[in-house]
Amino acid sequence: MHEMALAESMREIVESVARRNAARRVSAVRVELGALSCVEPQALEFCFDATMRGSLAEGARLEIMTTPGEAWCMPCGKTVALARIGEACPECGSYQLQVSRGEAMRVTEIEIC
Amino acid sequence: MCTTCGCGSETAHVEGRKITAGEHWHQHADGRWHRHHHGDSEDGHGHGDRRSGYIASLLSTPRPRHEGTVPHVIEVEQALLAKNDAIATGNRKRLAERGIFALNLVSSPGSGKTSLLVRTIEGWRSGTPIEVIEGDQQTSRDADRVRAAGARAVQINTGKGCHLDAQMVATALEQLSPAEGSLLLIENVGNLVCPAAFDLGEAHKVVILSVTEGEDKPLKYPDMFHAADLLVLSKIDLLSYVDFDPATALEYARRVQPEIEMIPLSSKTGEGFDAWLEWLELGVQRASARLEDTIAALQRRIRALERELAGRVTSA
Repeated sequence: MHEMALAESMREIVESVARRNAARRVSAVRVELGALSCVEPQALEFCFDATMRGSLAEGARLEIMTTPGEAWCMPCGKTVALARIGEACPECGSYQLQVSRGEAMRVTEIEIC
Repeated sequence: MCTTCGCGSETAHVEGRKITAGEHWHQHADGRWHRHHHGDSEDGHGHGDRRSGYIASLLSTPRPRHEGTVPHVIEVEQALLAKNDAIATGNRKRLAERGIFALNLVSSPGSGKTSLLVRTIEGWRSGTPIEVIEGDQQTSRDADRVRAAGARAVQINTGKGCHLDAQMVATALEQLSPAEGSLLLIENVGNLVCPAAFDLGEAHKVVILSVTEGEDKPLKYPDMFHAADLLVLSKIDLLSYVDFDPATALEYARRVQPEIEMIPLSSKTGEGFDAWLEWLELGVQRASARLEDTIAALQRRIRALERELAGRVTSA
């Protein structure tokens, strides 16, 4: 399951930022997960506690914001909403789509004290 | 929720109906969407206040806040895959410096990746060598098969891991030390889900789908087909025994990746193999040509700097 690898990566990022800011501990980690990204939010939640144990973020709150997907529809000539990879343009039904938003998986901010 | 891997019902559907637990979507005027639990005030957060768009995990067990401690928010804005991507970029740079054409072969287990490799090595007429990095949970059976066919190979065993990542490939590249101008084939762990997320530094992801797997795989596993530039349809010698329409498979693949190309072939009979070998040969030539262009450009730059230096010395 690759969410473990992603959670470990999250731990490295969080610890590095916390140390640079001379934090004693991290109380919250905020994450943005795009609707079109390769991560299952609940799997990431599952891994979070276990992965943060022993780090400055042990016991931290995990908060997830899911951002929806968007794609450029070539026939429509504009950006449209895209809920999932493989779905058609909601306006014209074409699959000639180029994803423009919603694949991000990022740590946006942390709360330290 | 699956207690083995944690994947859960949050985004799961049963017979088309989403399983939710009191949630709804709300769209801001600027087009951004937030997901709220019922009971949150819709006007309770200002535009640009992202903090209130976050849903706290019900699975984490946070410590209570101490009295008197004021939390301090630090902006991070770093991609989860930043480290992997940085290492992958390093791999890509190192490969480009040696004019190597590298491919990341992905598929379900049993689609015929290793057989494709063996047949490719046996059928390769170009003078440039084929180098291989193999990925499996355990054993070196695939690397052994590839070596027996005549190519150099390094085996990565991921243990419990379900995908190759850029660091594994970086280590393998150091051990393998692939020849300049070679064709590097990286056979990923058989898995149609996880490897999609991980850049290894390759030029292309090539997804292999066999005719025994069902033509709707691209719809059922969209992330992988979305990430690939080429679809190799394998085991076409079995087409008369299965209900599989290659044109439908390509149509489905193009729904998730409009730019994807398809090469149908059989590693057993060799049918369709020429198109695959030509595609590989073209990639190898382009990688070498790009390296030559880079070298030529660098040499021009060196000459220009030498002229400049000579000019400064004489005028000093």
